[in-house]
Amino acid sequence: MTVAASEKLVNHAGLRESVQQTLVMAYRTLLRIKRRPEELVDVLVQPIMFTLMFVYIFGGAISGDPVSYLPIVIPGILVQSVIMASVSTGSGLRDDMDKGVFDRFRSLPISRMAPLVGASVANIVRFGIVIVLTFAMGFVMGLSADGGVIGVLAAALLVTVVSWCISWVFVLVGVMVKSATSVTGISMIILFPLTFLSNAFVPVDTLPSVLGTFASANPVSYLVTAVRELISGAAITGDLWMSIAGAAVIALIFAPLATRAYTRKA
Amino acid sequence: MTEYAVEIDGLVKTFGDNRAVDGVTLRVPKGTIYGILGPNGAGKTTTINILATLMKSDGGSAKVFGHDVLKEAHIVRKMIGVTGQYASVDESLSATENLVIFGMLRGLKRKQAAERAAELLEEFGLTEAANRPLHKFSGGMRRRLDIAAGLIVIPDLMFLDEPTTGLDPRTRAQMWNTIRALAAKGTTVMLTTQYLDEADNLASRIAVIDHGRVIAEGTPDELKSSVGSSTLVLDMGSSDQSAMAQEIIFDVLGVRSKITDAGRIVTPIAKMDAVADLLIGFREAGLEVQAISIQKPTLDEVFLTITGKTAEDEAGVEA
Repeated sequence: MTVAASEKLVNHAGLRESVQQTLVMAYRTLLRIKRRPEELVDVLVQPIMFTLMFVYIFGGAISGDPVSYLPIVIPGILVQSVIMASVSTGSGLRDDMDKGVFDRFRSLPISRMAPLVGASVANIVRFGIVIVLTFAMGFVMGLSADGGVIGVLAAALLVTVVSWCISWVFVLVGVMVKSATSVTGISMIILFPLTFLSNAFVPVDTLPSVLGTFASANPVSYLVTAVRELISGAAITGDLWMSIAGAAVIALIFAPLATRAYTRKA
Repeated sequence: MTEYAVEIDGLVKTFGDNRAVDGVTLRVPKGTIYGILGPNGAGKTTTINILATLMKSDGGSAKVFGHDVLKEAHIVRKMIGVTGQYASVDESLSATENLVIFGMLRGLKRKQAAERAAELLEEFGLTEAANRPLHKFSGGMRRRLDIAAGLIVIPDLMFLDEPTTGLDPRTRAQMWNTIRALAAKGTTVMLTTQYLDEADNLASRIAVIDHGRVIAEGTPDELKSSVGSSTLVLDMGSSDQSAMAQEIIFDVLGVRSKITDAGRIVTPIAKMDAVADLLIGFREAGLEVQAISIQKPTLDEVFLTITGKTAEDEAGVEA
């Protein structure tokens, strides 16, 4: 009479099942976002606030006037804001895992990765909001994109993919620490040096030598450079591939670590 | 296949110095309701969590329908339904959305999942509340939704961790009916409870757990006959008088009574008639009874009879 008796008794979820389960978990996260739109405040306000502040406060000092600063700073803000939006994958998961419903997920015969991958995939919606708003602000303030629609779309895609890979760092933090607040705290400690010690807002050659060396090696700098190239229609350099390769390495290290830490708690 | 739904042998789980589960051995026959009875902190929930693959044991073995919960966790998960003490549903979603998501995770198509969700909500009397936010649910409604969520695919074995704790008497009776109906359909039910009457009413076998150990196991009748169907509590005023009273009790009833820390005599009573004989015995011996009461057997009496201490005493003692 039970389904269990007729199911094949395999001790793991198959690939097709895993993908389906991941999509269901992503759907669940999206439903939660829909129910609690107030949690989107950061991604709605931050791109508008950052573009206005950075362009009009630093534009004159760094590039002579705000409009000349736009091609430099819009890619920088874009990268920083999307990576910041990826932190919430970790804090959201932590918040979620503290509730009883995650015990039910753990007791179900589903892929151990599905809850984590599902949450991180759903979070791409937040990336999308940041990307659209940041570009919109840039164009309103006078950004010209010689790379055209394709260049802008390619830049958006690149930022999304790389930030999704980086989000696994925050997923690991989220799975390991005790509260959502500490996830945000720890993530900010990782995030600020990573984004500010780069070429995102200032030319690297204006930095003291030690910081300059770090900024040149920083994967965020490769990403920012690649985004600038795509938007401006300049020739694609190794930076694009370096940023993709770096992101892949991060995902390949942190995704298994996060899944293992999550399974351990089970 | 084995004849048991659950086989636990020498199961151990420690949290630091605390041996929460300390060598539990149990057999749960297929198709029965099995009760685990014990006070708070006895190790009931930990045992259930290990069986439900939510926690890993530190020693011993646990099998569900012959499948090891550690090595074959995924297979075990296909056979079980779990309802914990906490609300294991998503607070920010509606009842229907919760059930549809659990259904799709179990491999149902969206439409099938929606149909199954509607069926379950109807069965558990939640249809009207299907789309209401969960924070407006009463404790009983939430518990029913919790159980419904474990029944998307009817499990071979259902774990219910204190299914009626915190429910009012009427809701509690409804819950008992739900549990009986589930067992009638062939699902083995393993439930934990702090209430002797609950285990007595539902379970065909009971294990009494304390300090992570099984201190008694048997049918409700076996347990009750070891405790007496009722308990006589006497206050004789002084310890001299109590000692004499205990002798009279042994002469009249043929049972050894115990004295609590508060100096009261506690005696299992099989027949109420015997109380009259006992009081006559006291009168003849010139003993004066200060206070007398008769109690239905509770978890405390089980504990007092088995361990000589009350459940509260036990809970206060370091392991």
